[in-house]
Amino acid sequence: MIRKAVGLALASALSVQVSAATEIEWWHAMGGSLGEKVNEIAEGFNNSQDAYVVKPVFKGNYTETMTAAVAAFRAHQQPHVVQVFEVGTASMMAAKGAVYPTWKLMADAGVEFDPSDYLSSVTGYYTSNDGKMLSMPFNSSTPVLYYNKDALAKVGAEPPKTWEEIGQVGKKLIDAGYKCGFTTGWQSWVQLENFSARHDLPFATQNNGFGGTDTELVINSPAHVKHIAQLAEWQKSGIFSYGGRRSDSAPKFYSGECAMYMNSSASYSGVKGAVSDFEFGVSQLPYWKSMIDTPKNTIIGGATLWTLNGHDAEDYKGVAQFFSYLSSPEVQADWHQFTGYLPITYAAAELTRKQGFYEQNPGTDVAITQMTSGTPTANSKGLRLGNFVQIRDIINEELENVWSGKATAQDALDRAVERGNTLLRKFERSNG
Amino acid sequence: MAPQLLVTLVFFIWPAGQAVWQSFLVEDAFGLSTEFVWFENYAQIFTDSRYYHTLWTTIIFSAGVTLMSMGVSLLLAVMADQVVRGAQVYKTLLIWPYAVAPAVAGVLWLFMFHPTVGVLAYMLDTIGIEWNHFLDGDQALLLVIIAAAWKQISYNFLFFLAGLQAIPQSLHEAAAIDGAGPGRRFFTITFPLLSPTTFFLLVVNVVYAFFDTFGIIHAVTKGGPGDSTRTLVYNVFDDGFVGLDLGGSAAQSVVLMVLVGLMTVVQFRFVERKVQY
Repeated sequence: MIRKAVGLALASALSVQVSAATEIEWWHAMGGSLGEKVNEIAEGFNNSQDAYVVKPVFKGNYTETMTAAVAAFRAHQQPHVVQVFEVGTASMMAAKGAVYPTWKLMADAGVEFDPSDYLSSVTGYYTSNDGKMLSMPFNSSTPVLYYNKDALAKVGAEPPKTWEEIGQVGKKLIDAGYKCGFTTGWQSWVQLENFSARHDLPFATQNNGFGGTDTELVINSPAHVKHIAQLAEWQKSGIFSYGGRRSDSAPKFYSGECAMYMNSSASYSGVKGAVSDFEFGVSQLPYWKSMIDTPKNTIIGGATLWTLNGHDAEDYKGVAQFFSYLSSPEVQADWHQFTGYLPITYAAAELTRKQGFYEQNPGTDVAITQMTSGTPTANSKGLRLGNFVQIRDIINEELENVWSGKATAQDALDRAVERGNTLLRKFERSNG
Repeated sequence: MAPQLLVTLVFFIWPAGQAVWQSFLVEDAFGLSTEFVWFENYAQIFTDSRYYHTLWTTIIFSAGVTLMSMGVSLLLAVMADQVVRGAQVYKTLLIWPYAVAPAVAGVLWLFMFHPTVGVLAYMLDTIGIEWNHFLDGDQALLLVIIAAAWKQISYNFLFFLAGLQAIPQSLHEAAAIDGAGPGRRFFTITFPLLSPTTFFLLVVNVVYAFFDTFGIIHAVTKGGPGDSTRTLVYNVFDDGFVGLDLGGSAAQSVVLMVLVGLMTVVQFRFVERKVQY
């Protein structure tokens, strides 16, 4: 009898446990050591309470993850949470029936949430025009300049702050026998999108797309053309050396071939791991002194977490709790310090500073200083363009034609504008 | 219903029908709004000058892949046919690449030719050839052709070898007695008698180059630099799965389907006449 009762109690306890732990699926695009960190965060949340279990699933790179989520949504198999990169933002925002906005999610679940805790230069990218936060920032980065301290010391040069200085230092390096002055990753993001923000130039009309889908690219302005034409000239003399789309150019910096390298602040851990023959430093993304006296903030790249509709209301309470856990200063500070992504809340930045991380790792605070100095203008708030994944590829193609000498900067940028606008019209039509 | 009919229906007619239907629609990525637009997606394709450029790239790419993979494998098969000792090992090694996934094959070649870390790029550099397929479109095209052809060599090799072994030895001997050298014997006996195999492989290889190679292109060049390695099938993939423009992508795949259908008809009507069974 007693045995039976114990058995029953046990069984019911077990079944309670099973039914109580609601599973929340989280699709992400973080491979390698970043993926392990993601699992660690999920595990931390799972251990902190018993009601929900967050299950992270790696779905490939950003594009693959987004495509997978879209396909899953069409088949009614969507995850609760999906990590979408910044260029997918406009598509996600336009998908009103598919997305459960973060501000609403938090309010419905009754979880404490104050958007002003988050870095405004990060949330600005993901906030609707009436000031509502639509997705939860997770990993945001911004481009910085990495430089080879040894090489610069050898030619007696200081780390360059402006593009004018980049040209001078590059020339010194070439004259001293180096094969290449600098290279860049993510050319559209670094050399056009952030170039525009830094010099307070529009990238597209309608406040870079924040004002509406009837936006047009304006990256063939004289300033843009001048910058790209200068890079093309440097490509000929070796001061600049193109090394591929995305981060394919990284080996050029690692091997010491190029003494300077512009890429995401989140490349920090990668650079630190790969560079062993020389000392490296980090400084802010350069600006043209001839174009602006005080440069504006740069804009972000990286991704946010979007909640997808179509699950039980109870599940979404778990999502809200998870988001709250994710933005806690401890979790964020740890993520920031490990990856080089920006801390998404002011509290996490403060905590990191208090822990003395920036003093021990000089250069890791460059990105956050660069992001938070000054007030973002309409031109440096971010971009909201539909079909932006393809537009970036168009820009990649056209810029490659410039680097290889097949097209002039003016022709290539004109064509990029024309081709990009066609895609923007397409987007306007199906999402307007 | 015959089972093969059912298979065709489920695995060909149904998806093809879906593609045709989709090609008449303009949709947002999530499928929340759909508009029926008749032939607008097609009109867009045919008024886009870049599409014709892609078509041209595809023709060069396919011809390159087909010629290279068939040429090399024919050479290897002829030589393997004459190997007496260790023939099994030789054959096994040659069949190996077929088991390699397209993306892996692409990455292998990418690593060998990587301008900064690649072994072959380094060797080319020492003989004065500057290799940088991130910048040079012709080099990039050559690289994807090599990678795609390499992947198909094993398959062709198997068929060529089987075809060669079906040619009676007595024919070679008779010709040899009449005084024909190895080169002449190859072109007057082997090659004509091999023509059914060659024809079959021609059809298979062209279809392979048209449809099955986007994995390699995606891994090696992503269609770049510029659009120098963007082929029709890569464009379908890119617009559909990266750009999430399902209507435009479906229309392109219907065009591609018609194109390959036409090509196969042409091959059977004109090339096959020259085949001696």
